[in-house]
Amino acid sequence: MAGRAAGRLLPLLIFAAFAATPLVAAATGDSFIVSLGIRVMIFAIAALALDLLVGYGALVSFGHAAFIGLGAYAVGILSAHGIADALVALPVALAVSGLFALATGIVCLRTKGVYFIMITLAFGQMAFFTASSLAPYGGDDGLTIRARSLVAGFPLFADDRAFFYVVLGFLLATYLACRAVVASRFGRVFRGSRENAVRMATLGFNVYRFQLAAYVIAGVIGGLSGFLLANATEFVSPAYMSWQRSGELLIMIIFGGLGSLDGAIIGTAAFLLLEQWLSGFTEHWKVIFGPLLVLVAVFARGGIVGLAGRLKELIRG
Amino acid sequence: MSTTLLVVQILNGLQLGVLLFLIAAGLTLVFGVMDFINLAHGVQYMLGAYLAVMFYGLTGSFLAGLVLALLAALAFGLLLEFAVFRHLYDRDHLDQVIATFGVILFLNQGVKLVWGAAPLTLPIPELFSGSVRLMDGLLYPVWRLVVIASGLVAGVLLYGLVAHTRVGMLVRAGATDAPMVSALGVDIRRLFMIVFGFGTMLAGFAGIMVAPILSVEPGMGDTILILAFVVIVIGGIGSIRGAFLAALIVGLVDTLGRSFIVDILRLVMAPSPARTVGPALASMLIYLLMALVLYVRPTGLFPAKGR
Amino acid sequence: MAEPVLRLEALRKSFGGLTVTDDVTLEVLPGELHAVIGPNGAGKTTLINQVSGLLTPDAGRIRFAGRDITRLTPDARAMLGLARSFQITSILPGFSVRENVALAVQARAGSSFRFLGRAADEPVLNEPALAALAEVGLAARAEAPAGTLSHGEKRALELAIALAMEPKLLLLDEPMAGAGREETERLVAVLRRLKGRFPMVLVEHDMTAVFALADRISVLIYGRVLASGAPEAVRNDPQVVAAYLGEEME
Repeated sequence: MAGRAAGRLLPLLIFAAFAATPLVAAATGDSFIVSLGIRVMIFAIAALALDLLVGYGALVSFGHAAFIGLGAYAVGILSAHGIADALVALPVALAVSGLFALATGIVCLRTKGVYFIMITLAFGQMAFFTASSLAPYGGDDGLTIRARSLVAGFPLFADDRAFFYVVLGFLLATYLACRAVVASRFGRVFRGSRENAVRMATLGFNVYRFQLAAYVIAGVIGGLSGFLLANATEFVSPAYMSWQRSGELLIMIIFGGLGSLDGAIIGTAAFLLLEQWLSGFTEHWKVIFGPLLVLVAVFARGGIVGLAGRLKELIRG
Repeated sequence: MSTTLLVVQILNGLQLGVLLFLIAAGLTLVFGVMDFINLAHGVQYMLGAYLAVMFYGLTGSFLAGLVLALLAALAFGLLLEFAVFRHLYDRDHLDQVIATFGVILFLNQGVKLVWGAAPLTLPIPELFSGSVRLMDGLLYPVWRLVVIASGLVAGVLLYGLVAHTRVGMLVRAGATDAPMVSALGVDIRRLFMIVFGFGTMLAGFAGIMVAPILSVEPGMGDTILILAFVVIVIGGIGSIRGAFLAALIVGLVDTLGRSFIVDILRLVMAPSPARTVGPALASMLIYLLMALVLYVRPTGLFPAKGR
Repeated sequence: MAEPVLRLEALRKSFGGLTVTDDVTLEVLPGELHAVIGPNGAGKTTLINQVSGLLTPDAGRIRFAGRDITRLTPDARAMLGLARSFQITSILPGFSVRENVALAVQARAGSSFRFLGRAADEPVLNEPALAALAEVGLAARAEAPAGTLSHGEKRALELAIALAMEPKLLLLDEPMAGAGREETERLVAVLRRLKGRFPMVLVEHDMTAVFALADRISVLIYGRVLASGAPEAVRNDPQVVAAYLGEEME
């Protein structure tokens, strides 16, 4: 079927484009594309996790940036104490963000709809302000990391191009894992609870437990993204978990089209490239970007992937 | 901790509380009646402050500045309602979040463009400048007392409006069961506009009143917006009474927590870790409070909706 | 007398000042099809919702399969073998017809905390699902999105979902609601075939269907049980005729 084939073609194109980026950079001598590519992929990892919640479970989390921040702070704080190996920092980053997701998820998931949006937002702010008040670790100003994490003692992340492919590997793994989860037994129950939670309960599923598990999964993936972000920038700051950042993550997945993992990656790239492009014109680019968002919210349902689908139907007649 | 300090901090907490109430009241009504999540409510507070600074500069009178700024804030709010929000009432919450987020980006940057990024100040009106002696060794700025008083008065007025007028009755009915109200043949669009305009004005009023004691700067509405969310979540969406009570609780807990938590922690731990942990814990307090309230009562203290 | 599968004891529920379930005591025996009839607003759906756990009664007890389930959550009751259909069709419109039923199979087929493997390709889930669909005559529509089914087909899908749960007791809340004459006849035929396999509680407006299927009928009026007994006895009960059937059976 055409749909099936396209379902395999699109991710191939996406990942081929990423894989080719360092080569293009080498050919054009523009090394900035490599770091931009790293940034896109790192946020795409977080966006995949958020899309899992919002797109497949209708759990509109407005505090997703907190997990990125936690992952990043795990790297920063460990490094400040002289522990700079990824074999320690990565598990710690994942565990910390997973535990935070578990603790907050227990409370958040008792609420629904708009309460859920606001309470996740509030917990995100809690993480933000807590980080801001960590005076020994830079407080408001953030914390500079001396060097990227080592891997079992080797400076594997040190070279930008090598690090690019490490991040690409993580993105691919996250993408495949999310795809598997969505299609699994677990994913089917989770998706079902979005469509009709009462029906799922009367079938015998404890919807809360499935949602909590999904929330923790998304939190852990967010922590992974934070771990990579801290390494990419060699810096962590409370700004990583500001509520504006959580809002941006939501915009990324809406740009791409909710409930499409390919869309989450495309949307992230579209958002960050658009930001890059607009800020090239004027420092006041948000004056253009804000109204653009309003237009997207009012008119562009289904995001880029949805638009492409509609376009295809139009061509076919 | 001395009694004087405690009284001062309680007053400061009350001041933050009434401020939060003025903002949360509009937010909770808009939410309760229209099921509309308006992130842009915070920038309307910011806009109130900026407009007050501008009109004060033009007229040289605080009162004139206040009135003009209120009217301008109202006009701008209605313009936003007409141009943007109206199209989103029956949409997904997510669409509302994105659109109002866009409005925030636009306005935060917009005020930077118009008034510059540097903080502005508004002088305290002559009549209320200076301090008043409340008790031995306790001088408290008069303007802060005025802020508290005006917030309390606004609270009482609002409560009277909602409890005793026809529009208020519709608002209460709308918060409980919106489809029912429109089934009664009420022009729901007009009701929405009234509620929205009113909420905008309250937020603007809050911004104007604190402009003399805070620095007026881009982004000043963002933090307060989140606090207002915490308030209405604790109070129960759509409930004025809940918003009022929760605003005072949050204002007091936050203020008192920040000033006294290190001292309290030192009772149980060494001074140096207390100084490290204290501030972090203080900034978490209201969120922990919210978590606790929601864990026990997932729809807040005074839920307006009967579900 | 056999131990009842379901027993409601002095169940009571009010909303505000309105008592919608008023001291209801009811039994469902093994293999029995127990119909609950009554005019609109008699509290039939409220009763079903209390049995399935979507509402908690204010007073009284619900015993099912020898256990007190009054305080159990809906999912816990479902796991004990209590299945229900909804008056207003409650399916997953974005899922295929087969997946709707396969989910019900999945609920009974071991843990759903499995994160790998495509659930849609699992024969252990698909085969029982297709069998249940065949039973209600929907096998041909298995791959259609459930949202695109006709009203009558959706009613049949509700039934297939309930079947796939291999229930110990099936609660049917107006399964014929809104279905046309032909569809109703088909559904009645399906129910007649299922009768005896497991006990059922049938809430229904269509009197022809009720009298054709029921072993026992309870009449609910203003939340109270007015009469309960064999169809013939209920049909001739002067109280029932006066209060309800009289107008309904003209």
